[in-house]
Amino acid sequence: MIWQPILLTLQLAALTTVILLLLGTPLAWWLARSQAWWKEAVATVVALPLVLPPTVLGFYLLMLLGPDGPGGWLASLWGARSLAFTFEGLLIGSVLFSMPFVVQPIRNAFEAFGDRPLEAAATLRASPLDSFLTVALPLARSGFLTGAVLGFAHTVGEFGVVLMIGGNIPGKTRVLSVAILDYVETLQWTEAHLLSAGMLVFSFIVILTMMTLEKRVGRVKR
Amino acid sequence: MEARFRGRLGAFAIDVAFEAPGRGVTALFGPSGCGKTTVLRCVAGLQRLDGRFALGGDVWQDGGRFRPVHKRPIGYVFQEANLFAHMSVRANLLYGHRRTVGRGVPETIREGEVVELLGIGRLLDRSPQNLSGGERQRVAIGRALLAQPRLLLMDEPLAALDRFSKDEILPYLERLHEVLSVPVLYVSHDIAEVERLADHLVLLRDGRVVASGPVQELQADPALPIARMPEAGVTLPAVVQGHEPAYGLTTLDLAGGRLQVPGDLGPVGAGRRVRIAATDVSLARQPSAGSTILNVMPARIVAAEPQDAVQVMAVVALGEDGQGARMLARVTRKSWEMLGLAPGQPVFAQVKGVALVSKEVAGD
Repeated sequence: MIWQPILLTLQLAALTTVILLLLGTPLAWWLARSQAWWKEAVATVVALPLVLPPTVLGFYLLMLLGPDGPGGWLASLWGARSLAFTFEGLLIGSVLFSMPFVVQPIRNAFEAFGDRPLEAAATLRASPLDSFLTVALPLARSGFLTGAVLGFAHTVGEFGVVLMIGGNIPGKTRVLSVAILDYVETLQWTEAHLLSAGMLVFSFIVILTMMTLEKRVGRVKR
Repeated sequence: MEARFRGRLGAFAIDVAFEAPGRGVTALFGPSGCGKTTVLRCVAGLQRLDGRFALGGDVWQDGGRFRPVHKRPIGYVFQEANLFAHMSVRANLLYGHRRTVGRGVPETIREGEVVELLGIGRLLDRSPQNLSGGERQRVAIGRALLAQPRLLLMDEPLAALDRFSKDEILPYLERLHEVLSVPVLYVSHDIAEVERLADHLVLLRDGRVVASGPVQELQADPALPIARMPEAGVTLPAVVQGHEPAYGLTTLDLAGGRLQVPGDLGPVGAGRRVRIAATDVSLARQPSAGSTILNVMPARIVAAEPQDAVQVMAVVALGEDGQGARMLARVTRKSWEMLGLAPGQPVFAQVKGVALVSKEVAGD
């Protein structure tokens, strides 16, 4: 019983991280290298979840994913009524909510090494894709590590958005943070203690790992 | 090699056109900010200005046609070595090699040869972070060469190095010049480097070409800005003609003259390159008797240009007929006028100092 929210949370966080790495890498690359005047506007939109109350994001997502929004239309394709209060809806929300935590470190890493290694690669006959894969990605690996860890951890820790668009459906949207609230409200102190302490340890380990990794990778880079 | 670029970079206008031989080292020379690096980047395709570039019959840019950098058969050596920090020295060296030889480009420059030539054998398994500035730059040169370039572009490869590392690399660059047949376009603002390495010179100033031609020709043109530099002089090819062991001297043959210089400069017949500074040459109407100056050669004044109120830069051609090598002589205007010197007159050139530029030089 106590394992269900844990597994669900891990599943959600892992999927969110994978999707964010896939979407965030090209986005971060574009943000780091484009000359477009409106790119900072895009960067701002990506960064909005950093300052918006999760309930605001959750509210708009509810509108979007609900039966009357585009999410509802999308859900009707496979016969569902709405994307709100589903795992898929939660996934979409998590991706948006954690995006700045993944995109920003990767963008910073891409910007840190500048044009010069890529220019060198081009003069050595590497096509743009080739130099992206063999030079840019390895040089930015500390950014990817940071982004992945932060994205994963932030998804595990989210609460407001989940409550707004996920609700509390066991096995579907009842993730850790919601489960803890639930246990407290129903006075199941043992379970609440277990999960809370677990989260505390998890968070500690995540941050410690990240700091150590950053130091190690950073040293190799210099 | 034929280049023409024109355009603006912010407030800076560039309008250059030059041709250079398809072999040997061509130096793009000029003060900082004259646009020489921009020109080099345009040749590489790293930057795009309107214009045209062709190497032999191979057109890389013309009007709307623009071949992207990674499809140009170049090697590029940056001012800072710009090695890939996440790869070993060997992986750096082979990065371009894999993408050329690995895809069927004939291998004219081999790994072993480059490693030997640049003396980087014991660095191969190291990481670029643990190399000295000079070592890094040698690896960068090797990496560029192993990409099997048909044109090697070098952007002030020594500028970021200290004196010590410069002296470490220069001999390697000279050897490259002798061993490899790849033409080189070499950007520099250091005349000593240019004289030591280049055969051909393109003189740039404020985004324009001031002059272009063989180094010796431009050096001996008193109207050009290089003749106004304090270190103005000429570099001349010479051949060891004989030795005078009792005095520790070597006799060198120049076109139209002969020099005796201290030291044993190698076997008879060896080619050498010597530099004679304009301030080390004085002119006399008679062969001076009772002078300690060893090297006095008949010559003829070819041209002269007053440099300021005090000095005149004269060009003399060695030999009584004035058909030999040309040298610069910086003399005071006072003595110039007192001796009544003028172009066309026979004189005696007294050479007070000769510097050996490089040990080994194939006769031009």
